[in-house]
Amino acid sequence: MISQALIKDFEALLGKENVFSSEADRQSYSYDSAVLRPVVPALVVRPTNTEQLGLCVKKLYDNGIPMTVRGAGTNLSGGTIPDNSDTVVILTNGLTRILEINVNDLYAVVEPGVVTADFAAAVAKKNLFYPPDPGSQAVSTIGGNIAENAGGLRGLKYGVTKDYLMGIEFFDATGEIVKSGSRTVKCVTGYNLTGMIAQSEGTLGVISQAILKLVPPPKASKALVAVFDDLQNAAEAVAGIIAAHVVPCTLEFLDNNTIVRVDDFTKAGLPRQAAAMLLIEVDGHPAQVEDDAAAVERVLKDNKATEVLVPKDAAEKFKLWEARRMALPVLARCRPTTVLEDATVPRSQIPAMMKAINDIAAKYKLEVGTFGHAGDGNLHPTFLCDKRDHNEYARVEEAIDELFDVAIKLQGTLSGEHGIGTAKAKWMEKETSRGTILFSQRLRRALDPKGLLNASKLVGI
Amino acid sequence: MNNLHQLAQRLMALDDRITACMKCGLCQAVCPMFGATGMEADVARGKLALISNLAHEMIQDPEAVADKLGRCLLCGSCQASCPPGVKIMDVFMEAREVVNAYIGLHPVKKMVFRTLLAKPGLFNFAMRVGAPMQGLIFKDSKDTQGTVCAPMLNFMLGDRHIRPLAKTPLHVRHGSINERCPAGGIKVAFYPGCMGDKMYVDMAEACLKVLRHHKVAVYMPTGLACCGIPALSSGDVEGMMKQMKVNLDLLSQTMFDYLVTPCGSCTATIKEYWPHYAQRMGGAAVGQAREIAAKTMDINAFLVEVLKVQAVEAAANAHKVTFHDSCHLKKSLGVAAQPRTVIGANPAYKVTEMAEADRCCGCGGSFNLFHYDHSRKIGQRKRNNVVDSGAEIVATGCPACMMQLEDVLSHNGDAVKVKHPVEIYAEML
Repeated sequence: MISQALIKDFEALLGKENVFSSEADRQSYSYDSAVLRPVVPALVVRPTNTEQLGLCVKKLYDNGIPMTVRGAGTNLSGGTIPDNSDTVVILTNGLTRILEINVNDLYAVVEPGVVTADFAAAVAKKNLFYPPDPGSQAVSTIGGNIAENAGGLRGLKYGVTKDYLMGIEFFDATGEIVKSGSRTVKCVTGYNLTGMIAQSEGTLGVISQAILKLVPPPKASKALVAVFDDLQNAAEAVAGIIAAHVVPCTLEFLDNNTIVRVDDFTKAGLPRQAAAMLLIEVDGHPAQVEDDAAAVERVLKDNKATEVLVPKDAAEKFKLWEARRMALPVLARCRPTTVLEDATVPRSQIPAMMKAINDIAAKYKLEVGTFGHAGDGNLHPTFLCDKRDHNEYARVEEAIDELFDVAIKLQGTLSGEHGIGTAKAKWMEKETSRGTILFSQRLRRALDPKGLLNASKLVGI
Repeated sequence: MNNLHQLAQRLMALDDRITACMKCGLCQAVCPMFGATGMEADVARGKLALISNLAHEMIQDPEAVADKLGRCLLCGSCQASCPPGVKIMDVFMEAREVVNAYIGLHPVKKMVFRTLLAKPGLFNFAMRVGAPMQGLIFKDSKDTQGTVCAPMLNFMLGDRHIRPLAKTPLHVRHGSINERCPAGGIKVAFYPGCMGDKMYVDMAEACLKVLRHHKVAVYMPTGLACCGIPALSSGDVEGMMKQMKVNLDLLSQTMFDYLVTPCGSCTATIKEYWPHYAQRMGGAAVGQAREIAAKTMDINAFLVEVLKVQAVEAAANAHKVTFHDSCHLKKSLGVAAQPRTVIGANPAYKVTEMAEADRCCGCGGSFNLFHYDHSRKIGQRKRNNVVDSGAEIVATGCPACMMQLEDVLSHNGDAVKVKHPVEIYAEML
């Protein structure tokens, strides 16, 4: 229980309008996008400048109160669900300033609550490019993207959030400010704490500011769509594209069930018999884009694509890519609960992984639709179920257990981009080692002796 | 209903639809209320979670949930972009009804919805008595929009800049209209809506002028009641059904081909909610509402789709008009291209798009009455987009949006006029 005196303190510090203590308000910060049990926090606070943010952390640390930082609450592994009913949620959506966009030195400085898509748009206005584009970018925050090391569709060529993180400022558990990295391309001053904070899921510090790398935007792009009647051929085409030294900015994949479900919904006339569809986009200098697109088309045909479509213009591309955009929305409409996984395997293992996904779904009598980022082996098997049906949901959990076993056996990973949170914490040791867990826990305890920062997430503390 | 458990039981009827929410949170991007407050309980995901918690008896405070439910413009932006396609508006309407049945309707709302709006004679009398007195209370805001403010009534009206009530409402000017339809011609029932009848009478006159120009026979009986959306939004289904009954009786007396309205909210209500709630009334109302709903069209859509009005090339010195997509018009009815075509039909005007043209203006009908501060804040973002577009005029297909736009533009001292697309088209006829 949080004391009335402390609530008054926070109100004095942040203003009454930024301290939410009513039951209804607290309940609305008890969940995120993961299919997990909600936990209602004791209080929710919203600092509106970074000084207030530091003071909030210090006050909570001094009082021994657990804290969970929350941006838009869109993560898929429970990272922003409070640890327990004593937890105070710290919102970052009062910290939304873009402090600098430097067109000469190609970087930007932002506060953690800046919305990813707003930031990308502000950067684009200055004719620069911030590539990471997680599925929730319309609402997700940069702070959350860093804490989860969010990916997206452009990972293969452009990398993920951590690849754009040049420097960071954060408050440690006690409220001390820590700075790492710089506005320079090179910087070896001190430990690479910037790298440590990326994907730390709110367990090592509270991000207050980030320096992000920007790149020049590609001058041209071209899209292709290919249809395959055999999954193996699609996978070999993916490998063939890379072997031909083309790195597409997007290389997306849809499986048969996803194609059928999308076609049922959109009546777009998709190839319902197809085992897989690949959606590919190459970008760069116009001349190179032409060459790359021609090479990709060749590879697709050599690998027995039954159909290769090259949209003539943006409107036609928009139409062809409808299938990818609609994949998750359509699957989500099929059943009340959508469990979206992101086990990732080396590219070459996609056929083996796809076979395992479908075999496991059949074994547990579940419906699954799989789409995802074929270029980086990051698949999204999406289980369609009803969490209120306890029997069915238990089967989903068993299926996911088995799925992770396969992913690890294929030298892949539990999570390509959704994070560990509490959802996948129990499998951590299986992929890594006992030592990894102990090392991580010792690190956490040294930095956060009272164990207050998102305590139950990742490896626990 | 006075038992919390019963309340929860009734809300459980919504459980299937609420469970469909995958909690992705993408509604945050489009929700005007969330844009103003940044609070999770103000966005659809938060509200759906609260309704669910009340249904599962995880929260014992229906007043708090009702308060949160009221903090919503019912603009439908969340539903229009919801990945799993949750029927959010239906859930909110029904939840408001259930929760308000438990708490009880505010006595003022009860008087307005059940008596005033359901009894057009009384409503019209009250407004006519009120109109001549306005001069004593209202003061000219001295703005481009022609609004007034009422410093003496600040306690009640706040700092609103609104259009004064018309000296003579539309139905008084014209009496009952029931023109004969020539052979092979078209006959429409014209439903001006409360604001078209009493506040934006010039706009409604422009609609009649356009209909006459196209040789369309008009049926406009006196005694039409409110479409019912204010009552429904407040969870007062009984009041809404009373108003609908008056309208159904009147509109079923004469044959017509289409029912047209100049108000996106009226159109959406007649098309979507009348048939739905007529089911509860049973009897003749079911068929009447279904038939009328099928014939109902927004006037812009009617002009373009039925009368084949087309855009023409704009003159060199054409006035720049920017168009605000009212939520009911675009998100409920899918009418977006047609009003732009109607504006473009007059060569003296050309459409120039503003940023976020389909973002809610913040009026939300009675939301504006109870949450004026938030309404103004949301409206300011719209105002900025309007002004940034460089347009001299902002047009919109909904009188409630017109009122909101006039209020925010007037407060900012902007020289941007507010018009209905049909007014712009009518100017050239």
